[in-house]
Amino acid sequence: MTGRLQALGRATLDGLQALGGAVLLLGRLLRGATVVLVRPRLLVEQVYAVGTLSLVIIAVSALFVGMVLGLQGYYTLVDFGADDSVGTLVALSLVRELGPVVTALLFAGRAGSSLTAEIGLMKATEQLSSMEMMAVDPERRILAPRFAAALVAVPLLAAVFSAVGVIGGYLVAVGMLGIDGGAFWSNMQSAVDVTPDILNGVIKSVAFGFVAGWIALYMGYTAEPTAQGVSRATTQGVVRTSLAVLGLDFLLTALMFD
Amino acid sequence: MSERLVEIGVGAFVALGLAALLVLALQVSGLTELRQPPGYEVTATFDNVGGLREKAPVSMAGVHVGRVESIALDPETHQARVTLRIERGYDSIPADSTAAIYTSGLLGEQYVGIEPGWEQATLAAGDRFTETQSAVVLERLIGQFMTQMQD
Amino acid sequence: MTGDEVLARVRDLRFQRGRRWIFDGVDLDIRRGQVTAIMGPSGSGKTTLLRLLGGQLRPHGGSVQVAGQEVPRLSRPELYRLRRRMGMLFQSGALFTHLSVFENVAFPIREHAELPEPLLRALVLLKLEAVGLRGARSLMPAELSGGMARRVALARAIALDPVLVMYDEPFTGQDPITMGVLIELIRRLNDILGLSSVVVSHDVEETLAIADYVYVIADGRLLAEGSPAQLRASDSAAVRQFLDARADGPVPFHYPAPGLAEELLDGEGP
Ligand SMILES: Nc1ncnc2c1ncn2[C@@H]1O[C@H](COP(=O)(O)OP(=O)(O)OP(=O)(O)O)[C@@H](O)[C@H]1O
Ligand SMILES: [Mg+2]
Repeated sequence: MTGRLQALGRATLDGLQALGGAVLLLGRLLRGATVVLVRPRLLVEQVYAVGTLSLVIIAVSALFVGMVLGLQGYYTLVDFGADDSVGTLVALSLVRELGPVVTALLFAGRAGSSLTAEIGLMKATEQLSSMEMMAVDPERRILAPRFAAALVAVPLLAAVFSAVGVIGGYLVAVGMLGIDGGAFWSNMQSAVDVTPDILNGVIKSVAFGFVAGWIALYMGYTAEPTAQGVSRATTQGVVRTSLAVLGLDFLLTALMFD
Repeated sequence: MSERLVEIGVGAFVALGLAALLVLALQVSGLTELRQPPGYEVTATFDNVGGLREKAPVSMAGVHVGRVESIALDPETHQARVTLRIERGYDSIPADSTAAIYTSGLLGEQYVGIEPGWEQATLAAGDRFTETQSAVVLERLIGQFMTQMQD
Repeated sequence: MTGDEVLARVRDLRFQRGRRWIFDGVDLDIRRGQVTAIMGPSGSGKTTLLRLLGGQLRPHGGSVQVAGQEVPRLSRPELYRLRRRMGMLFQSGALFTHLSVFENVAFPIREHAELPEPLLRALVLLKLEAVGLRGARSLMPAELSGGMARRVALARAIALDPVLVMYDEPFTGQDPITMGVLIELIRRLNDILGLSSVVVSHDVEETLAIADYVYVIADGRLLAEGSPAQLRASDSAAVRQFLDARADGPVPFHYPAPGLAEELLDGEGP
């Protein structure tokens, strides 16, 4: 009994300590991110790695998600004779929820995992240590630009996701199911507003980019410096980012659209 | 990977992202402040617009011909003044046509339908529909039905 | 000897990993302009000592002074300022795997000085020439052999012309010719540029040939110290065992453990 209590106590303390470490790291990341103002090259390289290289997977996923939304929306709405409103359904789902959320989940899998693995390996092979010995702060030189890149890339990727998804919905609804194009767009436009819908979607995606970058870097930076340690950190990074994004999405939705 | 390619890649990515945001603002939400589509405006006055919203479609014989630009309350008559923007190309709507508010399907959104009249003269920019038919408000309909039943 | 001659001074150093004391009261001095060698069995804490000198680890007791500054007490910016004047060759090389050989050596220069590209190029090529790898400048670290990688790391460690260079096992994995060249190089860098060097090594002959002063550590303590000649002449059993490479003697070859027979009969645990 006391053994279990002790285990619980230790787990709690470890968890709190990890959280504290993560928060401290976040503070240093935010301060360090100013480096990209002095050396924009560092940011450009990382935006390429996490943003440009994620474009294809984001666009293809978005197209399919939009097409499925178009089909499902049509079959649901046609029973009520409201099939003209399929554009509304597609656009609102994408802009408010699926664009930011699915983008963040894909980002965690595609870019976040590689950030964790990269940082973890750099640590395991003493590259970060040797950088410190060269009087170069790895948090500022390596971690902070990657964090800034996630912050820039996720909102842009989410916007691409929503836009491509709407196009996918259009292709199915108008091209395949024969809904009037004008009605498709004007129903959508009458239901979707820049504020709150699109703005809230953008705010969500900024928050998700923040969380995804933070967790991925923290996991890599604190990974045990072994092959196993890095692979465990990578998996856990994706899992934790996904959970954090979904939980945060609920919170933000409750706050925004109450 | 050469620096040039990286820079081009990032430039393209950022441009695409911003373009997507623009598409969302203009095409998806129809931000009219930034985009004034060609066409002309006419007005119609209704006793009750029900759930009609700005940017709702305007159609004639089921064909999309324009959309609702704005909805405002007339302070004197206490009626709803609805401004419709008719797209370019549909400039031969008879002047005695009727503007009516319908619901697409049972649960769908409300839209303005135009029933053509017989006059030779056509509506031009700034004209007003003389004949209108307000939205059918389901609650009121049910209420009327109930009172008739009691009689 | 005046205080100015000592660049780094370690007093009563105590450091612990888990329950084990890696250092339990060690004193040593790194003198300016000299090559100081640290020798000792594997796992005796030589790498740990270098990390303590570089401020990457904090001692649990005692003092570590470099250039008159108490390293564990330095603030982060002060520590980084001090490190600009230190070079360290990591035991693993620790090259940046995403950068070419040239860019690896250029990295510290680019980070700390804004040199025009031609000057930087000349500087980097000179460093690479010194370790015999000018021709390998466009290779990636993954395309290098272990010995080559270590030489690139050496070139990188001296890229900023530091005051104190620490070499962790510079000779491991080098063929006899390269080994000779590296010994020459470390000695000449030390003498011509007026650096101070710390060389950690197992290679007894090479180390004694290059060093001005040698410390032998084992079991958390200083086993012996002196010039190479003094050590060679030493009749201490421990020093003899180490220099003559014998398994039996006072210096333990094994990581601390219960007796073998005891553990085999016990039959428990991993
Ligand atoms: N991160 C660590 N965590 C726990 N113990 C460690 C860690 N790093 C090193 N040690 C322990 O500290 C001791 C000294 O390690 P160190 O790397 O300094 O040895 P060394 O003298 O450099 O050995 P070698 O000659 O093999 O490189 C070793 O016994 C090792 O088990
Ligand atoms: Mg070592």
